[in-house]
Amino acid sequence: MSLIEVRNVSKQFGGLAALTDVSFVLNKGEILGLIGPNGAGKTTMFNVINGFYPPTKGDVLLKGEKVSNLKPHVLCKLGVARTFQVVKPLQRMSTLDNVIASAFIRTKSKAQAEEISMEVLKFTNLYDDRNVISKSLPLGRRKRLEIARALATKPEIILLDESFAGLNPTEINEQVEIVNKIRTERGITILIIEHHMRVIMSISDRIVVLSYGLKIAEGTPLEIGRNPVVIEAYLGEAHNA
Amino acid sequence: MKKFLPLIILAILCILPFIGLSTYVMHILILVLMWSIIGMGWNILGGYTGQVSFGHAAFFGMGAYAAGLLYQHLGISAWWGLPVCVLILTALSLVVGYICLRLRGAYFALATLALGEICRVAAENLVGFTKGNMGIMLRERTWVDKTWYFYIILLLAAGTYILIKMVMESKLGYYFVAIREDQDAAESLGINTTFYKTISLCISGVLTGIAGAYYMNYMGYIDPSTVFPLSEVSIATVVVVMVGGAATYWGPIVGAVIMIFLAEEIRSIPFIGAAHQTIFGIILILIVMFLPNGIVGDFRKLIKPFKGKKGASS
Repeated sequence: MSLIEVRNVSKQFGGLAALTDVSFVLNKGEILGLIGPNGAGKTTMFNVINGFYPPTKGDVLLKGEKVSNLKPHVLCKLGVARTFQVVKPLQRMSTLDNVIASAFIRTKSKAQAEEISMEVLKFTNLYDDRNVISKSLPLGRRKRLEIARALATKPEIILLDESFAGLNPTEINEQVEIVNKIRTERGITILIIEHHMRVIMSISDRIVVLSYGLKIAEGTPLEIGRNPVVIEAYLGEAHNA
Repeated sequence: MKKFLPLIILAILCILPFIGLSTYVMHILILVLMWSIIGMGWNILGGYTGQVSFGHAAFFGMGAYAAGLLYQHLGISAWWGLPVCVLILTALSLVVGYICLRLRGAYFALATLALGEICRVAAENLVGFTKGNMGIMLRERTWVDKTWYFYIILLLAAGTYILIKMVMESKLGYYFVAIREDQDAAESLGINTTFYKTISLCISGVLTGIAGAYYMNYMGYIDPSTVFPLSEVSIATVVVVMVGGAATYWGPIVGAVIMIFLAEEIRSIPFIGAAHQTIFGIILILIVMFLPNGIVGDFRKLIKPFKGKKGASS
């Protein structure tokens, strides 16, 4: 069953076509990787799905309903959570308060929000840092805080924007484990942008490749790894010579 | 001990009128309490929600004129201004919020700056309605003695303090601070930022307006230049909160105490007294440079030199 369907989406910023006629489907329960060289339009795609930008053309459908012109907070309520590539912690709040603030979307009582948050913090191994002011967390944990905040909104779908960038190998392994746990233990569908090839090849079920705003390939990691068009987009024609 | 501090202070304030203070001291205390309300009101919007307003005179003056005009045109007690201004200021806040809260950061501040001035100019020129620069005067004040005025403003201030504490410990408070820290993140966490900013503006505006309505009753006379001025109200509000400490419970109260006493002291100094605005400006610069979180927010930093070695080791 398709949870999100992106149907012929184009997004233009003035004369710049960030996305051109992109279509793909995110099925329930899968991890779909979204890759492409820098400036391919991956984050723009997220911003369109998430509601920060309305698409210039085309539609985004959530469970068959058109959601392209809804605001991010409405989409969050409907079950679409996201993380940011450039982490945006609520800086002067503690880690716990960060998560509580997002847990409030499903509850009115503070006790309940705190309960949800504690559970999420344990799930993401941030429990010991709960009283640290989020500004002073190291990058690896701030990236995990982004995930924790997204989880606290009890989403059906999480959009992960480069949650592995800038992490050291140990942190990457820990993060991979958490992402896998999100799917297996919570049944949350994941759409993930990632540059780290080893990670994306190992965790995705399917991969969509964007280049200069166009979808150039879609398939299993194995197919994508062999696809000459993808290799060309990443390495240039010189590779073939 | 710390938990009971607000109650102890409240108790001391309650018995103050019985020890026979002069009317001048009572007047100062009333002004301090009134300014704490305005400060606390501003703090909800500017301190916690991060939407700095340079136009709170608009809300203060609207509250004052709400009370004054009820008396002037309908002939009822100006005290009715207190409940009525809640309605008027909620309406004003909704309109202002709808227009201005789409703007972010400095642009919102500029829009509020304009709002204050628009209100002043309007009040000066709608002579038929507001009597313009003639102002509105209550023919007789409710009490000659200041005791009851003091208790009323004390009640309002205590109520404001409790309200803000309750708001900030609830979902609303978390949302306000989340919006201050990062609007995009807040939006993607499911927070309707425009809606919650408007709520913050409403609370802030209504509290400031209540202080204004009280001012009408207490002073017995208002005109556009006393309730809508830029420097004496709008900027003074910002100074009170910044000196005390933005986004702290006690900041606006401490700020009000310091600024009112300073204002009185400086005004009584010969020659330089007339330049009290200049001196406030210098104080604000020094505070922003050395105590950016205000006296309450940077209290530890402030007392460090006095604590000596003990403070350094702890």
